[in-house]
Amino acid sequence: MSKATRDFIVGLFVVAGLGSLAYLSLQVGGIETNGEGGLELTAEFAEIGGLKERAPVVVSGVKIGRVKRIELTQDLRAVVVLDVNARYQIPIDSSAAIRTEGLLGQQFVALEPGAEDALLKSGDKIAYTESALSIERLVGDFVHGNDLENEKKSEE
Amino acid sequence: MIRAAIERLGANTTNLVHELGHITSFGAATARGVARPAFWLLPRLVREIFDTGVLSLPIVLLSGVTVGMVLGLQLFWVLTVFGAETSLGGVVGATLVRELGPVLTGLLVTGRAGSAMAAEIAVMNSTEQLDGMKTMAMDPVRFVVGPKSLAMLICMPLLNGLFICAALGGTWMIAVKLLGLDSGIFFQDLYDGVDWEKDVVGTMIKALVFGALVALIATYRGFTSGRSAEEVSRATTSTVVTASVWILLADFVVTSLWKF
Repeated sequence: MSKATRDFIVGLFVVAGLGSLAYLSLQVGGIETNGEGGLELTAEFAEIGGLKERAPVVVSGVKIGRVKRIELTQDLRAVVVLDVNARYQIPIDSSAAIRTEGLLGQQFVALEPGAEDALLKSGDKIAYTESALSIERLVGDFVHGNDLENEKKSEE
Repeated sequence: MIRAAIERLGANTTNLVHELGHITSFGAATARGVARPAFWLLPRLVREIFDTGVLSLPIVLLSGVTVGMVLGLQLFWVLTVFGAETSLGGVVGATLVRELGPVLTGLLVTGRAGSAMAAEIAVMNSTEQLDGMKTMAMDPVRFVVGPKSLAMLICMPLLNGLFICAALGGTWMIAVKLLGLDSGIFFQDLYDGVDWEKDVVGTMIKALVFGALVALIATYRGFTSGRSAEEVSRATTSTVVTASVWILLADFVVTSLWKF
């Protein structure tokens, strides 16, 4: 095998190897590229259930971003930071809800567009939120009766 | 008798510490050699990448596809029991990227290229080529061990990436073409299930650590082997055994330190 042929094959090998690493990083790993995101919104929830970082953010079932961070405020409420594609215009009175894909699927943030003309800007907080539905709590309420009835009983 | 046993234990301990010190200083010398690059060493490096990377490629790709196919076949039926076959992509992706990719690549490269590396240096040692270099004031650690170690360090992450991609291709073939899972669902779950910062960076760190370990053990065993044919074969065998064990041990250490 001539030296040039071997150099060529080694070059091909390195290109293929780097290509596979790039595919794993960019496509499979979903590394942040500049094309996506740009609009950073926050939303406060009383209960986020099993929401994880990188969970999708959807409007009408279409993915427009992902959950960037999950933090806790001073008064121990959950703050979810959303990274939304900046080309979407989201009205200022939109609401955010944590929903579940199917009965046991992964959780995601669903945005419900509002009607105002003013738009949310990067760094804004979504005012209206709906917490995650906890199946355990629902079953608990059903079994033990709802909170109002419990309070009446304890007063008696 | 008891005294003899204690003496033996003491001697073994001293030897172990001695060898650890020796291997550390050998590794440091190699690192110093690699850190002093020379343009005329570049063709040598290309040659070593050919021997280590390109010649390992067929077995790495073949094993990758086979492992991917087996994973797809096994996990598909297990997941079907829970009606969760749509999450096959994520499960297989995480398994391959986090563990199977770097570990199996490391073991395969140890067997294919690490043993050859040790044997080549051991034969150079037994035929007094290394001594000849020393006589001519050429440092064999810098000119023989350096390019080989660097080539191993470069090839391991590349082979790891190719192994994982081949394995994902194998799984895709089985799950989508044979068992009828939807291709879009497979890829969507794969992309959702693998994280860049945690998983992909982790797999590259593992590949680099394993590459450094295999390079160090193979070159050290070759360099310190005796001059008889028996010693050369012992150096080769010892390389494969020691490097394989150290890859598995290092895998546990990296996994527990890294934020998987």
